[in-house]
Order: sequence, then structure tokens, then C-alpha cells
Amino acid sequence: MARVKFLCDADRCIDCNACVTACKNENEVPWGINRRRVVTINDGKPGERSVSMACMHCTDAPCAAVCPVDCFYTTGDAVVLHSKDLCIGCGYCFYACPFGAPQYPKTGNFGSRGKMDKCTYCSGGPEPDLTDAEFEKYGSNRMAEGKLPLCAEMCSTKALLAGDGEIIEQIYRERVRTRGYGSGAWGWKTAYKETVST
Amino acid sequence: MRFGFAAIMLAFAAFVVSSASPAHADEPKVLQQSVKNPDASSNPTASSVSEDKLFKELDRIAGRISIPDSKAGTLIQPEGREWRKLHQYVAPLFGAIVILGMLAALALFYSIRGRIRVEKGFSGINVLRFTSFERFVHWMTAVCFVILGLTGLNIVFGRPLLLPLVGPDAFSTLTQYGKYAHNYLGAPFALGIAIMFFMWVWQNLPSPIDWQWIKQGGGFIGKGRPPAKRFNFGQKTIFWSVVLIGGAISVTGFVLLFPFWGTTIWGMQLAQLVHSAGGLLLFAVILAHIYIGSLGMEGAFSAMGSGTVDLNWAREHHSIWAKRATVVDNDSGKPLGTAPLPAE
Repeated sequence: MARVKFLCDADRCIDCNACVTACKNENEVPWGINRRRVVTINDGKPGERSVSMACMHCTDAPCAAVCPVDCFYTTGDAVVLHSKDLCIGCGYCFYACPFGAPQYPKTGNFGSRGKMDKCTYCSGGPEPDLTDAEFEKYGSNRMAEGKLPLCAEMCSTKALLAGDGEIIEQIYRERVRTRGYGSGAWGWKTAYKETVST
Repeated sequence: MRFGFAAIMLAFAAFVVSSASPAHADEPKVLQQSVKNPDASSNPTASSVSEDKLFKELDRIAGRISIPDSKAGTLIQPEGREWRKLHQYVAPLFGAIVILGMLAALALFYSIRGRIRVEKGFSGINVLRFTSFERFVHWMTAVCFVILGLTGLNIVFGRPLLLPLVGPDAFSTLTQYGKYAHNYLGAPFALGIAIMFFMWVWQNLPSPIDWQWIKQGGGFIGKGRPPAKRFNFGQKTIFWSVVLIGGAISVTGFVLLFPFWGTTIWGMQLAQLVHSAGGLLLFAVILAHIYIGSLGMEGAFSAMGSGTVDLNWAREHHSIWAKRATVVDNDSGKPLGTAPLPAE
């Protein structure tokens, strides 16, 4: 089966936040939780660069490794998901994640962490596919409908690519070759232990 | 008017696109696509940073974000990997070594030395050792510690050891309630440590008699009962271990309870490592303390249980203190005066 990945082309990202808005809307993400965000490095200075970041769905995911209740699992598409029923809101996955993907609502006692929420690659969760229960907890399941994550679909400049890892790698490589420059696939070495050769 | 304007723009755009032909327009298309940037124009993003360059200069990559959560400004924090290694491998290894090592040492000691008896037997006269307030603070801290220790051990070792036995749902429920217990009992535990410190610190300062006690092996190994005041060197070790390690655990525990109140993510990771290492170490130390206070030494438990100890026990293990200890009436518990001097 395909091993899906995200690739944000930092040379194309214009910090429009369409991906953020699309994700928020499609998954009805509650207040205070931001599954996807756009980080702008050197904002306002020459050499400003923006990167869109959610969960990278790493190979050998650190979040899954440190979870005390083992609530993570990897789907056949290599999407890293978790069960909110098993999650105890301890926060360890956030400490381990290099990308800061796990988010917690402040619903516990004294405003402490509730159940962890993060980008699901629009693949839902352990509940049966395309049920209300799944949507309530995890957001939409576009992958079960044969679609790709909405953030990448809505990207205004096609900076954010999602889909089969080899295909998006190929797309990116061709882009770099055609225009003559490319800053590389941000986060790929950390997440997938590989870079895109250009 | 607008339609005409749009038509002109469209025509202009078409003109621009068609005239933007590469320098080698007469060459076949295949080669054209592989020529890098054929206009030979500069890389417009040349002055921008690259991921590798940023990692060489800084320990993390961060920037500006539009959402209020400032933690989200960090794009990549590589120290999560270090924390994972320490938390997943080093901490459990450390815990297994100290705890299993301590259990093995205690089992070995018991098999060789057996239970330490009162040589002259119980006299039947009881002296006051700990007041009811002291006992209350001790037991409040002790009960909290046992529950905190077990729930903490569940966080470190539960997933490989307990989860396969009870299944994911039961284990998750157990750990969830364990987390609540752990979070709430941390406060009385910390309070107990603080009170115990102020109650007993003056009697736990090192003194020359301690060196004598150490030289004689505390009476554990070899013969003879070294003299001791209210607390001997072994107890002073326990006191300072509990206060210092327990103090560190309490402070880092509060840091973990209020995440990112003044700490960065590295601060939280460090707090978690100190908290778990301290907890595992203190658990091993307390195992020895529990051993000696129950199985290891005859007549010791009543000191914390009822507050009184037998006079002969006191003379054998805390001879200097026993001289001025208060005898209590066995039935009413009323103080009767200082203990009589020993016969010899």
C-alpha cells in the first residue's frame, strides 16, 4: 500500500493560512486546538520563509514510542493515529514530538490537559469509518472516501503536497529541477529519516 | 469598460507567456526541461534560510505564527529525540537496576543476618519514641508515597509489564485513575516532606557519633551495638534522602502539573526526567526503610505504630537517647518519668 507523507514546499508557501482554515473547518477542530499551523521564519527580513506544519506521520513515531498507555497505531497507509478512549492526557507525546503536533484541550481539572488531538491525515480514528462517532472525536475521514487531506487540496500555491510519498517526492523533484532551486523537504529527515534528492 | 480592460490584460498576458521563451528555444523539448532555470536569473530565495543551516546555528527552528499559542512557533524541536531516548531506555534501565538491586540486596541480607533481635529480650517497659503528630505526618507522607510510587511505576513500566496482562481498556482506565491519584496526592506528600524537614532537621545533623556508628557497620555487620542518639547514621541517611530527593520530586512534580508556566519544552522534558529518576531512586531507598522498620528489626515498628518502643530495644539501638527517654504507662500511655539507668 502507499506510504503517505506531507511535503511543504517552503519556496512556494505564502503564509496565506488556507491550509489552517481548511483543516479547522473540515474537522470542526475545537477552540484552542490548532492541528495545522504556518510558521514564518525571519518574518519581515530578507529571506523570509514560511512552512506549513501539522503532524508529519513519522516513520518510527516518537509519540507512539513514549505513550504510557500505548494509544497510538499506524494504519496501512502509514498514517499515525491514536485512540482518544485510551488517551490519559499525560502530555508525553508533545514532549517527544519534534514538530509539536499533539494538542490538548484545557478540559481537565484546574484546566489541565484533556485528551490529545492532532492531525489525522484526514483519516479519522479507530471508530468505524465515516460514522458520526468518528467525526465527533477525530474529524472527517477523507481517506476512507478516497480523497486526500483537505489542507493540501486547498493550498493556494500547491506548496503543501499530500499523498503517496514517492509521488509527491517526484513532483517536488521536478519542480526543483525546473525552477533551479529548492530548500529541500522541510522536516523529512526528522520524520522519515530521508531527504529528497534533487 | 471592465470587459475591455480584461481583454487587454488577457492579451498582454498571452503576449508575455508566449514571449517568455527560453534562450535555447530551438532545442528539442526533452533537453529544455532539464536545463536549470534557463533565464539564468538568480534564485529568488537564495537569501532564505534552509533547514540544515538553521540546525547548525540553533538547537531548534522557530518563527512567527498567527495563532495565540506561542509554543506553536517552534517548527522543529530535535531535543524531543533526546528526551525519548532517555525516557524510554535510560530511565527504565536505571529504575530496574536500583529497585531490583535493592530487593536482591535486602533478600541477601535477610538470608545471611536474619531478623535483628533484641538481645536481652523485651523488658515490658515502654518508652515514648514518636509523638502522635510525628506519627501522623509520617504516615500521611508514607501512604501518599506508596500510592504515588506505584502509580509512577505504572507510568514507567506499566506499558510493557501490565498492559499485556489486563488489556488496553482496563489498563487505560487504571492508568487514568492512577494519574488523578498521582496528581492529587502529590500535594499532601510535598507538605509532609516539608513538615518532616522542619520537625527533625536538628536531630539529623551529622555528629561525631555517626562516624563511630559507621565504623562498627551500624551493628548490621559484625558484632556490637554502636551508641546512637535519637537518630543513628542510617536513619539520617534516610532523612536526607527523603528530604532532598523527595523535595526534588515535589518541585519537578509541580512543574509538571502546571506545564509551560514559565518553562520551555526543554524545561518540561528536564523536569520529567528528574522527576522519574528521583522517584525510582527514592522508591528503592524506601524499600530498605520499609524492610528495616518491619521485617528487618524486631521491635522497630512500634516506634511508628504506637509511638513507643521497648526499653531494652532503645538501650541496644539508641543507647544515648534511651538514657533520657520518657517511660510511659503500658495501659494508659501516660508518661511516668525518665527511664531508669541500665543495670551495668
